[in-house]
Amino acid sequence: MIDSKIPPGPIQEKWTQYKASCRLINPANRRKYRVIVVGTGLAGSSCAASLSELGFQVEVFTFHESPRRAHSVAAQGGINAAKDYKNDGDSIWRMFYDTVKGGDFRSREANVYRMAECSLALIDQAVAQGVPFAREYSGYLSNRSFGGVQVSRTFYARGQTGQQLLQGAYQALMRQSQIGNVRLHTRHEMMDLWVEEGKAKGIVARNLDTGEIKLHVADAVVLATGGYGKIYYLSTLAMNCNASAIWRAHKQGAFFAAPSWTQFHPTSLPQMGDYQSKLTLMSESLRNDGRIWVPIKSGDNRPPHEIPEEERDYYLERKYPSYGNLAPRDISSRAAKEQIDNGHGVGPMNNAVYLDFKDAINRDGKTAIEKRYGNLFYMYKKITGMDAFKEPMLISPSAHFSMGGLWVDYELMSNLEGLFVLGEANFADHGANRLGANSLLQACVDGYFISPHTIMNYLAGEKPIEDPKPELSHEIIDTNQKRLDNLLAIQGNKTAEEFHKELGKILYNKCGLIREKQTLLKAKTELKNLRDSFYKELLVPKGSSLNFELEKAARMEDYLELAQLIVEDALQREESCGAHFRAEHQTPDGEAKRNDNEFQFVSVWEILENGNHNLHKEHLDFESIKVSERSYK
Amino acid sequence: MNLTLKIWRQKNQSDKGGFKEYKVSDISKDMSFLEMLDVLNEQLSDKGEDPVHFDHDCREGICGMCSLHINGKPHGPLQTTTCQLHMRSFNDGETITIEPWRATAFPVMKDLVVDRSSFDRIIQAGGYVSVNTGGVPDANEIPIPKRIADEAFDAATCIGCGACVAACKNASAMLFTSAKISQLAMLPQGQVERKERAEKMIAQMDAEGFGACTNTGACSAECPKGISLTNIARMNREYFSAVVSSENV
Ligand SMILES: Cc1cc2nc3c(=O)[nH]c(=O)nc-3n(C[C@H](O)[C@H](O)[C@H](O)COP(=O)(O)OP(=O)(O)OC[C@H]3O[C@@H](n4cnc5c(N)ncnc54)[C@H](O)[C@@H]3O)c2cc1C
Ligand code: SF4
Ligand code: FES
Repeated sequence: MIDSKIPPGPIQEKWTQYKASCRLINPANRRKYRVIVVGTGLAGSSCAASLSELGFQVEVFTFHESPRRAHSVAAQGGINAAKDYKNDGDSIWRMFYDTVKGGDFRSREANVYRMAECSLALIDQAVAQGVPFAREYSGYLSNRSFGGVQVSRTFYARGQTGQQLLQGAYQALMRQSQIGNVRLHTRHEMMDLWVEEGKAKGIVARNLDTGEIKLHVADAVVLATGGYGKIYYLSTLAMNCNASAIWRAHKQGAFFAAPSWTQFHPTSLPQMGDYQSKLTLMSESLRNDGRIWVPIKSGDNRPPHEIPEEERDYYLERKYPSYGNLAPRDISSRAAKEQIDNGHGVGPMNNAVYLDFKDAINRDGKTAIEKRYGNLFYMYKKITGMDAFKEPMLISPSAHFSMGGLWVDYELMSNLEGLFVLGEANFADHGANRLGANSLLQACVDGYFISPHTIMNYLAGEKPIEDPKPELSHEIIDTNQKRLDNLLAIQGNKTAEEFHKELGKILYNKCGLIREKQTLLKAKTELKNLRDSFYKELLVPKGSSLNFELEKAARMEDYLELAQLIVEDALQREESCGAHFRAEHQTPDGEAKRNDNEFQFVSVWEILENGNHNLHKEHLDFESIKVSERSYK
Repeated sequence: MNLTLKIWRQKNQSDKGGFKEYKVSDISKDMSFLEMLDVLNEQLSDKGEDPVHFDHDCREGICGMCSLHINGKPHGPLQTTTCQLHMRSFNDGETITIEPWRATAFPVMKDLVVDRSSFDRIIQAGGYVSVNTGGVPDANEIPIPKRIADEAFDAATCIGCGACVAACKNASAMLFTSAKISQLAMLPQGQVERKERAEKMIAQMDAEGFGACTNTGACSAECPKGISLTNIARMNREYFSAVVSSENV
């Protein structure tokens, strides 16, 4: 049932071979085909622009007021590419290996290789668009290193790599909307997928300003709707990030892969109070010079400068002497959680650990540190009111990135034909843990270089669609209208936001950094109760046109369903791998213990008529590399 | 802290709208301004009233969604975005007046939400390098002196929030438009279309109904990203040289 359609041949030649043999459409005929692209982040904008350049008709949808607001804009750190401009031994192969290992051998080899391969061209593309990556005095591009690897392959643009890359993709998209075949539908939310004879042929979208719900048909549908880490409520994602588009597609038959694999970022600012709505990310680069510690004595409430050196536990340096404070994200986050859970947490809510620059300042001087991290220290002060030059920063892990998403094959096509899923919305390249600076890359590569070929290959076998019979379209529009009417009719006394906060708490505590059978089972019951009360107590103010509360409520309804699948997925996987840490499966010294004999597969979930789920397994064969233990000690 | 909020309420684009007063109490000084509004909205919802609509998304100062004229200043008293403004900038007992951006080219959709798609259309008119996907040279074949790269970068940091327009008594979009024109005019990649770009973007800016620039500098002073006035000067130079050369043809 699961066919990943990996082309034959040596891994280095698969993509070249694929491109050489995929079907093409004559330029004059391309305009007869229409593709819907949902999402205007890096993946969506780049795909839409590239398809339009080829001559296809493209209809672009985003709930944002402008394509430039997509959450790709928030990425700070950088984007990886195996350019080897540093002559430090980097290569496509090394990047491929680092990524597979970083993902704890739970990703699809052929996809990862292709991502590394296409990384070279992506940097060229971005520079040609005018993306201002950092440069050396010589005028050539500069690189830095990022967690979990030993080469410097990260290109960056101050602390705003995402915003600059997105500007490039957005401008390419706007150019096509002027001279090409792109039609923009901003402030439109996808509510449902339109499937005809097993093939994706359109979407149902709601105009958020007027409330009008319409069916839009096309020959293929692309979902590039981003990550769903916001399901944890407190996260580094934007307030409006959601899972609705992919969840609705899932309910129409698209398989969902590895839903519970969520990355927690180790260096975000901790929660300071119950009112808090999001956790701000502090760049991981701070770990290059900051030392992470907690007081050895649990419950020690002395201010940091009063705790003498011998009463501090630099636990990352102690446990992982060779990587120290630069240990990969999943490991650093989990280690912090252990300290906090064991009573060593610091800060007003005892939910943080210290990131201390004292030694770096003594070693390199305040000026040097200010030069390196001045803007981050300034941002820290603005948010917390505290001065990181004088006292250590408070940091804590936060939900950040969804490795899971809709299942796709090598062509980035779902099991539903004609449905393509790109960027963070798919599950493809990061396995059970994503390496820093790889996901901007994945989103770009999916959109600029992969999907234009694979979509054309698919369309070449399709006859251009005609508009559907009105009766059919009325039915799906009615179903979606009724769904919203039902939410409006509940008129209870709790807002969607309040439900979201409760959902977040359940997931953080019971299906977060550390998972365990008993607590997961409890989470299942709690989620069921929460869902029941949602349909009794939800309060949405009346109003069918612009109504933010209604938007939130519909997204919340989908989150509540997805949460159940997340817990199911975490329960089913009786091993620890990457970000998925099951307390029952650890080595004597507390490290993740994989079970390759039984779990070297991706969990792929199919939804059944009655809403239950059926598990399929995509077995992962590693032909090019040897599966090994992932150690950073 | 306890506060009185005077907030602009407007049902839809055609509604006349007006101020309404609300009280919020027990506001922590560590809350962000938007979290304070979240508290108000929970309060309104509990009473069965329509919550105040305002734009926001990343809450990290980068997406450009949040807006708000706070006590007469776009994004409030600090030179930052509203989402990065915290309640420690206000005093207990204060009355805070909150309005939407005011500009013909930014129509109010509801309460504090405005439509800034005019900015998209300015970019659409020419705010790009005309390069298709594929077939470009190796990135290091285009060395760019660091000084120029840095200056172009300063211009590229604009987040498209519209505070410059809201700050200007003429509702001019010169700062926004000039930031993109400057960025691309400084880079080698932007040379080929340099003149055409300036002409087209400025024409679109005028067509959208943004006002003229009278050099008061309010835009730059309120810009959360500190986009400099030199960009406007550069844009004017670009424009005049473009007009002069096209008249010669
Ligand atoms: C704070 C932060 C920092 C990061 N830093 C880095 C980094 O340094 N390096 C790195 O490689 N990665 C980083 N990442 C991850 C990376 O930014 C994302 O994985 C990537 O940008 C996702 O791009 P995307 O195109 O898939 O989705 P997004 O950019 O999230 O775009 C999603 C789009 O879908 C639209 N959409 C969603 N649902 C609907 C719907 N129902 N209807 C209509 N439209 C919809 C949205 O409007 C939006 O346009 C970071 C992430 C965060 C949160
Ligand atoms: S120039 Fe400044 S104020 Fe104007 S849109 Fe850009 S960032 Fe906002
Ligand atoms: S909410 Fe994104 S900049 Fe303020």
